[in-house]
Amino acid sequence: MNTIGDFLDAMLLRGGHNTVLVVIGTALLGIAGGVAGSFALLRKRSLFADALGHSTLPGVCVAFLVAEHFGHAGRSLPILLVGAACAAIVATALVQAILRFTRLHEDAAIGVVLSVLFGLGVVLLSIIQTLPSGDAGGLKSFLFGQTAAMQQRDAALLAAIAFGTSVTAFVFLKELALVAFDEGFARSSGVSAGLFDVLLLLLVVAVTVAGLQAVGLILVIAILIIPPVAARLWTDRLRRFVPLAALFGGISGWVGASISSLAPRQPAGAVIVLTAASIFLVSLIIAPRGVLPAAWRRLRLAFRIANDHVLKALLSGPRSTAHLARSLGGRVTTTAMLVRLLAARGFLRGDRSGWSLTPRGIAAGGAIARNHRLWAAYLVRDAALAPDHVDPSAEAIEHILNPELIQELERTLASEGELA
Amino acid sequence: MIPLWLHDLLSIDLPPLLAAVLSSVVCGVLGNWLVLRRMSLMGDAISHSVLPGIVAAFLLSGSRSPLPMFLGALIAGGCTAFFVGLVKRHARVDAGAAMGVVFASMFALGVLLIEQASARQVDLDPDCVLYGSLETLFWFPPTSWGELWRFSTLELLPTPILTLLTVTAVTLVVTRLLRKELALASFDPELATSLGFRASWIHAILMLLVAAATVASFEAVGSILVVAMLICPAATARLWTDRLRMQLRLSVVFALLSSVGGYVAAATAPRWLGTSHALSAAGSISVMSGVLLTASALASPSHGIVAQWMRRRALAIRVAREDILAILYRLTERGTIGADERALLAPVGGDTLARTSLRDALRRSEITREGTRYRLTSAGLEQAKAIVRSHRLWESYLVEEVGLPADHVHATAEQLEHVRERMPAPPERSSDPHGRAVP
Repeated sequence: MNTIGDFLDAMLLRGGHNTVLVVIGTALLGIAGGVAGSFALLRKRSLFADALGHSTLPGVCVAFLVAEHFGHAGRSLPILLVGAACAAIVATALVQAILRFTRLHEDAAIGVVLSVLFGLGVVLLSIIQTLPSGDAGGLKSFLFGQTAAMQQRDAALLAAIAFGTSVTAFVFLKELALVAFDEGFARSSGVSAGLFDVLLLLLVVAVTVAGLQAVGLILVIAILIIPPVAARLWTDRLRRFVPLAALFGGISGWVGASISSLAPRQPAGAVIVLTAASIFLVSLIIAPRGVLPAAWRRLRLAFRIANDHVLKALLSGPRSTAHLARSLGGRVTTTAMLVRLLAARGFLRGDRSGWSLTPRGIAAGGAIARNHRLWAAYLVRDAALAPDHVDPSAEAIEHILNPELIQELERTLASEGELA
Repeated sequence: MIPLWLHDLLSIDLPPLLAAVLSSVVCGVLGNWLVLRRMSLMGDAISHSVLPGIVAAFLLSGSRSPLPMFLGALIAGGCTAFFVGLVKRHARVDAGAAMGVVFASMFALGVLLIEQASARQVDLDPDCVLYGSLETLFWFPPTSWGELWRFSTLELLPTPILTLLTVTAVTLVVTRLLRKELALASFDPELATSLGFRASWIHAILMLLVAAATVASFEAVGSILVVAMLICPAATARLWTDRLRMQLRLSVVFALLSSVGGYVAAATAPRWLGTSHALSAAGSISVMSGVLLTASALASPSHGIVAQWMRRRALAIRVAREDILAILYRLTERGTIGADERALLAPVGGDTLARTSLRDALRRSEITREGTRYRLTSAGLEQAKAIVRSHRLWESYLVEEVGLPADHVHATAEQLEHVRERMPAPPERSSDPHGRAVP
């Protein structure tokens, strides 16, 4: 397959010189997005990036118009990026001003700035189209990104921005983390929350601006938000979270840019974002916090509880499977399976009168019944509940009392002579 | 006969204007609850994330008929809600981030699908998704007045307009019928649930209406205008009133103003710019809604920045004036009648505000000017007495009831003295903690 061969070539940096630059630049962008996005996520500022991204459209257009007016080539990338960065900073200031001076909440402030500035950009685009020199095509590629439009110089510039962003974030990792987790503590340890919020915002602006050509201004929020959220599914620890987000971002950029190098006319942004989305989807399913492990944990707990119920029911004497199923409110087939598994593990034995407990089963069932009574006694004594109200709570907790808690309950109850 | 110019107007300007107005009104009305529930960005998210559903429906059905598109959008909307819930629960991130992840991914999927479609020469365009194709709406109106209101001619209106008409009518009826429930569920979902309304159902209905409005608007005006109209008119109305009913009416007014104003601006601006191309109407309408919001934020009498500033300044002037009167009273107590300007202005800041306050006191004839010195009039004396009384009563209260040391209460009393609607009861001794008489 020629396509797969081309894709592998692009992946392994054996494509054309330009492709190599684009792939590396986009991967670096992904890393920078993952890093800056991690802190934006921790600071609950993720959607700020959405407003920033959309607001770069009027910035790019104004920069184009101004440059044309002064006789420069309007489509020179550095000029457009400066315009985008200024617009992003103005958008941030506008959101803050709306929050400060009106009664509108953050969501409305972000939405207003996003939609109005983007509308302004659309109007400016339609003006540029009417200019004699105007070729809005080059600007329109900023909407959805077009890596193929990247020149070698552009790619190098983006790589530089992305590299600078990553390095800055790693240098100030501790301060940024401190401000994100505990603003008050940061202040009292002499770390200015305001200063590092501005730094964080500048990082986000840098990633947004650098992402314009690769991802496009509408989807640039994705490279700031998807890798960190995916990384969040894998870990609780900051030291793993940020590098993991950077890794996911980098892979998204690398693979996404490689794929989109095969179809240069396609909007690259969508491909890169969908690569990130695939990583996210896989994480959502298999990561430790993901859907499958969570379902597995729930299933195991349900299995343990069902086992406990069988053991407890048999404490009062041998029962048949059907009888057990009836008294436990389960289906006969399920109960039969449970009982067989317990028997195989040596907790039960079956004879003509039904299933009865082995000595091991008696010990296990007794422990559960004991947990139940310990908790019931505790609730009556310390939580001052009526004795006839404690059963449901004890029924739920008997399965998950840990040994330390059991010991402590035994100690306190024994010391008061309430434990037989 | 319909004159030619009117005929042109009806065929070229009426359809896009009608589409813009309808879409603005339906989104503007729905936005009220989104803004109230701090879910404005839900509109943003939905309008992005229904895209793959719409495009998939378009590709599958091969037509632009509204029903399949609406179904596609509905499925996409349901997926979005499901995934946002999953992400929030498993990744334990805030709702905003969860929404961002889902809608960005869905939108990317939609853009890619559109590209696939346009590769097959199907007429869909990612740009058109963003800012619609208002300008291409066109109607062949009849040539005589009599035929204007026939069903057969109205049926020829562009499909997007008919869809919009239906959705607008349904939305207005449903929100009218559920007015109470929507308000209750927005302000106090727990109360709503305990009263037997399922807040989650009302929420679902609202989301359904937003999705319908997005789909109906999508083809004609593009998603950017939907986002602007879901947020801006309601946010603007919220700056004018605290009452939901009034806010609803005002939001419709602002939606109308921005759509008509924006459309007219887009149509007339090229003449000033000296070009023949029209500007993007959808963009222009968004900008107009932003202009209205900015104007309201500045000028609203109740919540506007100017009004707030003036209220604060009036209060500052009153406080400074009362301080000046109190200074004169304290001087009188010590046997000095009157003081010169510097002695009066320095303690209250000595700036323009202080001088304005002094002029204000003169104008109210609470003080008079004799040469370079100012002294209290009899009216001013009464006023000053009340202020100093308030000050000393507060000091007594702070020492006796709150238990602050006597040398710590002056600064607080200096602020509280200006609040004279509720003063503490007089102490048993008729002097303050510093031993001065309470007037």
